[in-house]
Amino acid sequence: MSALIEIANLRKAYGSFTVLHGIDLAIEEGEVVCIIGPSGSGKSTLIRCINHLEPFDRDSRILVDGIPVAPGRGLAAVRAEVGMVFQSFNLFPHMSVLRNVMLAPMRVRGLSADAAARRGLELLARVGIDEQADKYPGQLSGGQQQRVAIARALAMEPKALLFDEPTSALDPEMVGEVLDVMKQLAASGVTMVVVTHEMGFARQVADRVLFMDGGRIVEAGPPAQIFDAPREERTRAFLRAVLNH
Amino acid sequence: MNLLNTFFNVPVLLASLPQLLFGLLVTLQIGVTSILAGLVGGLALALLRLYGARPVRVATRIYIDIFRSIPLLVLLIVVYYALPFVGIRLSPFVSAVAALSLVSAAYTAEIFRAGIEAIPHGQFEAAQALGLSPRHMMVDVILPQAIRIVIPPLTNNCINVMKDTALASVVAMPDLLKQATQAQALSANPTPLIGAAIIYVALLWPMVAAVGRLEQRFAKGRR
Ligand SMILES: Nc1ncnc2c1ncn2[C@@H]1O[C@H](COP(=O)(O)OP(=O)(O)OP(=O)(O)O)[C@@H](O)[C@H]1O
Ligand SMILES: [Mg+2]
Repeated sequence: MSALIEIANLRKAYGSFTVLHGIDLAIEEGEVVCIIGPSGSGKSTLIRCINHLEPFDRDSRILVDGIPVAPGRGLAAVRAEVGMVFQSFNLFPHMSVLRNVMLAPMRVRGLSADAAARRGLELLARVGIDEQADKYPGQLSGGQQQRVAIARALAMEPKALLFDEPTSALDPEMVGEVLDVMKQLAASGVTMVVVTHEMGFARQVADRVLFMDGGRIVEAGPPAQIFDAPREERTRAFLRAVLNH
Repeated sequence: MNLLNTFFNVPVLLASLPQLLFGLLVTLQIGVTSILAGLVGGLALALLRLYGARPVRVATRIYIDIFRSIPLLVLLIVVYYALPFVGIRLSPFVSAVAALSLVSAAYTAEIFRAGIEAIPHGQFEAAQALGLSPRHMMVDVILPQAIRIVIPPLTNNCINVMKDTALASVVAMPDLLKQATQAQALSANPTPLIGAAIIYVALLWPMVAAVGRLEQRFAKGRR
């Protein structure tokens, strides 16, 4: 009965500046976890440690589906199982939208071009971009690009998806279309860890909300608890600040 | 009239033309071989310099700095006239290609490195997050984007290598310049030298113009 993602005593420092102070966290299969907190609190660093885009302390331990996250052979397996969606999309600009989605399944999973294209078109349809499959990322709006990035991550059939402020770089009128796709994913049982400033989304979709500050998880619980009855003063102050906006 | 007869003597030019064209062929052989070897070597050096283990990075860096500092003519003479003292005897062609490639690889390495470093970090992270191996990340994601950036400076480097092939005439390579000086001596008239100069310009002008166009297009495409 172990969780899909297990994090134990996760510590990370830049020189003498400690970004994460020994975080413990377990994320179950199918769970949707939203991470909120002020700028610089370590939210991005935390989720980037899960697929080892950030190296972390030696005595810290992260397991994804039982595989230790550490440099070496196992890391490729972890990354194949964990998709990531970035704030700035990071689509490959020299490839068509469809090629973006096909690349990793072909190179990492060994899918044939035909099979990868079929899966790619299916996923692009799921995020509503199938009409644009032959366009290049630069020809799409921000919202469309982010939906392609979600399809690209899904194409690996990952066990979990990590989102780092997926709507923060978008014009306001495009935020909704990306959140809608993410809501569908959450409803279909995909395990998701979402760093977000969209409190409405967190309240509606999350199974659990984590409030981070100063490199620690200050408070965690179901959305109703965190948003309506926060126990910690720091959580209250943060929510006051963002909700009064 | 006298001037014309001296520098643009048509009968002399026609008589020396076959010799000059043979020289051009030799020049092209040296140039193209050196450019290709320099490209392959330069890409390898760039990757070692960026991603090799620490001692490898230091070694490639030293190599690159040395071969960008040494005058090509000095290197060529060392390869051709000094190496035989330690038992390494290279033909004029191999000496010329070796010297040109060693230097070209050093410059090419710096061009590729700048191109790779110009790719936004997010591209590397996206490739890694998808689980792509370092090789696939470079081949499918990073290099195709970097190549676009480095085409103008690489073309510039090719022009320089082509020009520098003229130095091969000092190791008795029958290249374009050598043929022209021989024809000049034979006919006691400098027209073959002028002919060679015109051939060099005709060969390289299109490349120079192409670099200009590419740089312009690139500057526009970046917006
Ligand atoms: N390369 C680095 N070198 C030094 N300090 C860094 C580096 N990267 C991040 N930090 C610091 O680590 C802390 C946590 O950064 P992180 O990006 O995880 O915060 P965040 O909660 O995601 O903030 P935001 O909401 O602004 O994205 C910040 O104080 C930041 O300044
Ligand atoms: Mg962040």
